[in-house]
Amino acid sequence: MTTIDAESNRPAPTRSSMRTALAWALGVLAVAVPTAWASLASDEIGRWTILLGILSSVPCAVLGCYLVLRKLSLLGDAISHAVLPGIAVGFLLSGSLIGPAIVIGAMAVGMLTALLTQLLSSLGRVPEDASMGVVFTSLFAVGVLIITNAARDVDLDPGCVLYGLIELAAIDSRPILGIEVPRSLGTLGLATALTVGFVALLWKELKLVSFDPGLATAVGISASAVHYALMAMVAGVTVAAFEAVGSILVVAMLIVPATTAHLLTDRLPRMMLVASGVAVLSAAIGYRGAVALNSSVAGMMAVVAGAQFALAIVLAPRHGLLSRAAHRAGLSLRIAREDVLARLYRAEEANPDRPVPAELAGRWASSAAGGLVGAIAMRQLRGRGNVEPSGPETLGLTEPGRAEARELVRAHRLWESYLNENFDLPADHLHDPAERIEHFIGPGLRAELAAALDRPDADPHGRAIPPEGSEGGASAPGPR
Amino acid sequence: MGLTYNTIIVLLGTGLLGANAGLVGSFAVLRGRSLTGDALAHAALPGLCLAFLIVGERSLPAMLAGALVSGVLGVAVISGLRRGTRVKEDAAIGIVLSVFFGLGIVLSRMVQNTAGVGNKAGLDSYILGKTAGIIRQDVLLIGGVSLVSLAAIGLAYKEFKLTVFDPGFARVQGWPVLWLDLVLMGLIALAVVFGLPMVGVVLMAALLILPGAAARFWTDRLGPMLALASAFGLVTGLVGTAISARYAGMPAGPIIVLVGSGVFLLSVLIAPRRGVLGRALAAWRFRRELQERRVLRLLFERIEPDLPALRPIGRSELVHRRGWRPSAVDPAIARLRSRGEVLLEGRPDWTLQLTDTGLRRARSVVRGHRLWEQFLHDHPEQASAMADLSRESVDDVLPPDVVAELEATLRDAGRLPDPGPEEGPR
Repeated sequence: MTTIDAESNRPAPTRSSMRTALAWALGVLAVAVPTAWASLASDEIGRWTILLGILSSVPCAVLGCYLVLRKLSLLGDAISHAVLPGIAVGFLLSGSLIGPAIVIGAMAVGMLTALLTQLLSSLGRVPEDASMGVVFTSLFAVGVLIITNAARDVDLDPGCVLYGLIELAAIDSRPILGIEVPRSLGTLGLATALTVGFVALLWKELKLVSFDPGLATAVGISASAVHYALMAMVAGVTVAAFEAVGSILVVAMLIVPATTAHLLTDRLPRMMLVASGVAVLSAAIGYRGAVALNSSVAGMMAVVAGAQFALAIVLAPRHGLLSRAAHRAGLSLRIAREDVLARLYRAEEANPDRPVPAELAGRWASSAAGGLVGAIAMRQLRGRGNVEPSGPETLGLTEPGRAEARELVRAHRLWESYLNENFDLPADHLHDPAERIEHFIGPGLRAELAAALDRPDADPHGRAIPPEGSEGGASAPGPR
Repeated sequence: MGLTYNTIIVLLGTGLLGANAGLVGSFAVLRGRSLTGDALAHAALPGLCLAFLIVGERSLPAMLAGALVSGVLGVAVISGLRRGTRVKEDAAIGIVLSVFFGLGIVLSRMVQNTAGVGNKAGLDSYILGKTAGIIRQDVLLIGGVSLVSLAAIGLAYKEFKLTVFDPGFARVQGWPVLWLDLVLMGLIALAVVFGLPMVGVVLMAALLILPGAAARFWTDRLGPMLALASAFGLVTGLVGTAISARYAGMPAGPIIVLVGSGVFLLSVLIAPRRGVLGRALAAWRFRRELQERRVLRLLFERIEPDLPALRPIGRSELVHRRGWRPSAVDPAIARLRSRGEVLLEGRPDWTLQLTDTGLRRARSVVRGHRLWEQFLHDHPEQASAMADLSRESVDDVLPPDVVAELEATLRDAGRLPDPGPEEGPR
């Protein structure tokens, strides 16, 4: 499969770059149009809310790419729960929900979470996931305790910290240059700028540590320093975003856009861009959805992100369920077609004067993957001119069909010979593996096998191995 | 502190809840699924709210059924994502947890914003938990759930044990691993759903993880571990509730979790064999013994040519030859002397002389050491699998025929310590 597909399906470079450009244009449109619509449909408060939502979710999405790639998603989850006591203590000390005290407190607790998890699992020999669960739930409990005690005389509502009140953040504003600007815009803008700066500055280091920590250490980059810096940044954006989307739904923004992007692309910069797009869309559509349902914006953002993830799971071009199913179906059809061709060839070879009944060929086609696949495969064989009726109710190979079948049978018998030569297998164990592998042996491998076996004439069962190409006229093998 | 009827009910409820969570949570901890319980707790929220929206009033059975369904659905999505797609398990857990929870918040806010219903739903308590609201009916329900868990685990104990410790082997043996896993997930889901109203979403995860993780430190056997985890859960629930009832401003959920963390930390520290202190003590003892073995071996090797005469050796000779620090060697010498294995004479620079018992032990130490050396030399490829250099003797680690072969090699080279006349051939 690999050799053949790679050669026949690879598009010309210009077409591929055009297709990429088209995909990018579509992607930008898919983000920009709904966002523009959502902002146009909203009032001023709504537009600020959408902007705040975007500013709080994009940094999470960008950093989330590293978490997802390094299989640290749950550390993000743990940190976003565990920053609660940091927030609470910072709040008690400074008396304000916005400001450096809270951010520093939360970053400290965020790093503490990563550190304690590591410590517990290495020192105490607790499984990693259990130690994470122990650490973040305990810290969370401390946070809830402090907040419920403090909340009696100050306005720190546990609910607000847990699931966010972005609606109120947009109202709490002050005038700057004659425009009413929400107060949290500064914090969120700063968080976004810091995230972008952090990623740009440590791009190489982060990438190397994410993909090959061993190599990173070998070239003198401290993997643990980069790790803890990343954790501190995650804690930082978590706190910046917690007012808007709440400390629990931050998890959604950390993990869901990045995972969605990972389904769509394999390259880190693209993954970050796609994740940011998903985050922007979640904020815009989430806000409109919340308005329509008269419900929580933060919750709706998470739901919209989840819906995009579900779409990607089904529709993603390479990793989606649909494309995988299509790929598998294509493979089943090809195998069914090739099985029929090869068996017709063998029947012809064994008994040239007795044509094969069409009904028998139909059963051959259905034997591997069922009747539907078989019927389609038979129709394809006729449509491509690989087989034709050789009489009433009988079927024979056409010249192109025979050429293709010859290659298959050649591959099959070469493989049997190879197995026989190099592995200690009984003669009746040679057919089955060859029957499976014959569909995946291209011309290159056939040539190598023939060379390795000194160009044999017959397979271990004594049947002739057909020559490569053809003695006759039909040389072009049909498409597979 | 007088116990009112209400307090007793709440104590019973949280105690039973903790015991049951500890029991089923142990399996989650052992299976490396600790955080699945967390995801399940979060995923239960939308079902809870949806049931409320459909039924239209606070009906406990309907809401619990809804929570159960959506929680199990969440776990199913996790396992589907893990098996059928590119998404890794950790990301799958995070996605289910956050998206389901987001949906739950959307639904609960819709409920709260619906005129007339408002806060009657009491959905907030599912997020942070309210132990004070436990009534007799709840206690009976939790008791029932605990009995169901106990019965299920008791009936299929051997099967569960096998799937926990060696799922691959269990599958090969033909046990229905998938079904057993599903039953376990169902039990966890039951525990979570009934615990949610009391301790809330996040803290429920803690109740599942903490007792099992703590119990794991005390024993390597499943049965005792389950019993211990249940006991830890029970104590955690009882003590947490009691503290919360005794002092103002102490919400029960977080306090229960913190008591659980306390139990866990204590276990991490003081559990005899696996605990941090126990392991540190064992490591210290081992280092001490190793030092003694080194001194004995060195003494033996110095006097080996003169045997059976026991020549005294100067301490400085012993210390300087190896670059050892005196502070490390002297305590070992003192211990050997107090056990009567060496004799010390003269000051300030002692001479050491092996006694008969000392000679016997030294001979065995040297024999073990040289056999290990020979083993590493002859079979380096097996070293990482077989060699345990911390053991003084090879006999209980290596198979007898290998030992005999190594001994023969050493004897031919003249390096096998002669067994003493009173000891006889081994």
